[in-house]
Amino acid sequence: MSIRHGLLALLERGPRYGSQLRTEFESRTGSTWPLNVGQVYTTLARLERDGLVAPDGEDAAGHTLYAITDAGRTELFQWYERPVDRANPPRDELSIKLAMAVGAPGVDIRAVIQSQRHATIKAMQDYTRLKATALAAVESGRSHERDDVAWLLVLEQLIFQTEAEARWLDHCEARLVRLSLPADRRAAEPEPPQAAAETPAPTTTQPRTARSRRG
Amino acid sequence: MPEQRKSQQPVLQLDRLVRTHGSGATEVHALRGIDLSVFPGELVAVMGPSGSGKSTLLTLAGGLDTPSSGRVVVEGTDITTASRRQLAALRRRSIGYVFQDYNLIPALTAAENVALPRELDGISARKARASALAALEEMGLGQLADRFPDEMSGGQQQRVAIARALVGDRRLVLADEPTGALDSETGESVLALLRARCDAGAAGILVTHEPRFAAWADRVVFLRDGSVVDETLRSHADSLLHGQAAGQ
Ligand SMILES: Nc1ncnc2c1ncn2[C@@H]1O[C@H](COP(=O)(O)OP(=O)(O)O)[C@@H](O)[C@H]1O
Ligand SMILES: [Mg+2]
Repeated sequence: MSIRHGLLALLERGPRYGSQLRTEFESRTGSTWPLNVGQVYTTLARLERDGLVAPDGEDAAGHTLYAITDAGRTELFQWYERPVDRANPPRDELSIKLAMAVGAPGVDIRAVIQSQRHATIKAMQDYTRLKATALAAVESGRSHERDDVAWLLVLEQLIFQTEAEARWLDHCEARLVRLSLPADRRAAEPEPPQAAAETPAPTTTQPRTARSRRG
Repeated sequence: MPEQRKSQQPVLQLDRLVRTHGSGATEVHALRGIDLSVFPGELVAVMGPSGSGKSTLLTLAGGLDTPSSGRVVVEGTDITTASRRQLAALRRRSIGYVFQDYNLIPALTAAENVALPRELDGISARKARASALAALEEMGLGQLADRFPDEMSGGQQQRVAIARALVGDRRLVLADEPTGALDSETGESVLALLRARCDAGAAGILVTHEPRFAAWADRVVFLRDGSVVDETLRSHADSLLHGQAAGQ
């Protein structure tokens, strides 16, 4: 997660001081990625070192203000244009857990999957409720509309992400059930449409974009 | 929802519900003893792999099929022991269905489709039409009243089907994959309507395999091989972003 670019984006709207950046960052993302003030100041120090921001005096209350530099602005707009790097997919604890659970003695992998599915669907229920609230706020035109829209987009990203996880869990379970059938029955069973349509191998680093319906 | 549960009767109560098809070697245990109560204001999603018994559960809950054993109580009446006449009346007055293919009658307008169950219930055509228009209006579908099904989009038809399912004072809506044929945006608008009807006091069961739609429910029940294996309860969302999920 790029705190650097997040701060540059806020500074592009005008000079700000440290704790103000933290507050604005959090209201944009609805506290999804809480920052502490220490992270903000160390990031500002690095941005200053790299010539992307510069101190810009003090406000009336004596807070040190920072302003974005031309180099910072160039970096910011390059960031907006550049797709997020997928060369090194983040290590995902769930994938590792399921990979380890396959054939592990004393582990019921369907129970592992169900316990994760429970947590995933529950998180989706919560995100969905937050989304309904955010949507109502945006549609009523109340309050800080820009922040509400930003928060809505972040929530929807979380919903898509948990949805992908839930679908993947369904897929894993269906796959494991199918593989556990005796070979003669397996040959007789029609291939479930989902298993046929989805990217089967977890060894690729491509993002999974295939979306299919199950019957 | 716990406060509600203490003070209100469930709209639907399933007790040890069993449905077995066939016998002997070809015996299929579609449901193996389901207990489930749905309260006013509650939307319950049922998820599970294909063949796990989701549709069987809905048809039994709606009195369209008879259980092998167990009870189905709708608004206080045990429909498994009710007379055929009582059951028919209950199906018309208390229970609404929404299926994947919308089942609107092509030769009737939206308002006529919605009015039909009221007319079947013996209410005058004028009154039935008035209550149909009111139901459509209340659900933000007033502008569709005089359109025929083939003049509406899939999402509009499905929303009219929900209006029909809940016209009058019917308080139980049973929806089997109601978003199955819709794109995700339209599916969402159908879900929003179902959710709003439950918020207004109806009780609903939504069968879906789409996690995104199940997430609109207050509870998600997971079926596998005819049994409930797990269920989620709604929590307080405020705690969510400061708990484990924040690190994802
Ligand atoms: N009329 C029937 N005769 C025999 N078996 C049936 C009948 N209806 C459903 N079943 C079986 O009961 C099980 C549950 O079916 P269903 O409720 O349709 O599952 P789902 O809706 O979850 O896909 C399946 O194994 C199905 O084959
Ligand atoms: Mg079904």
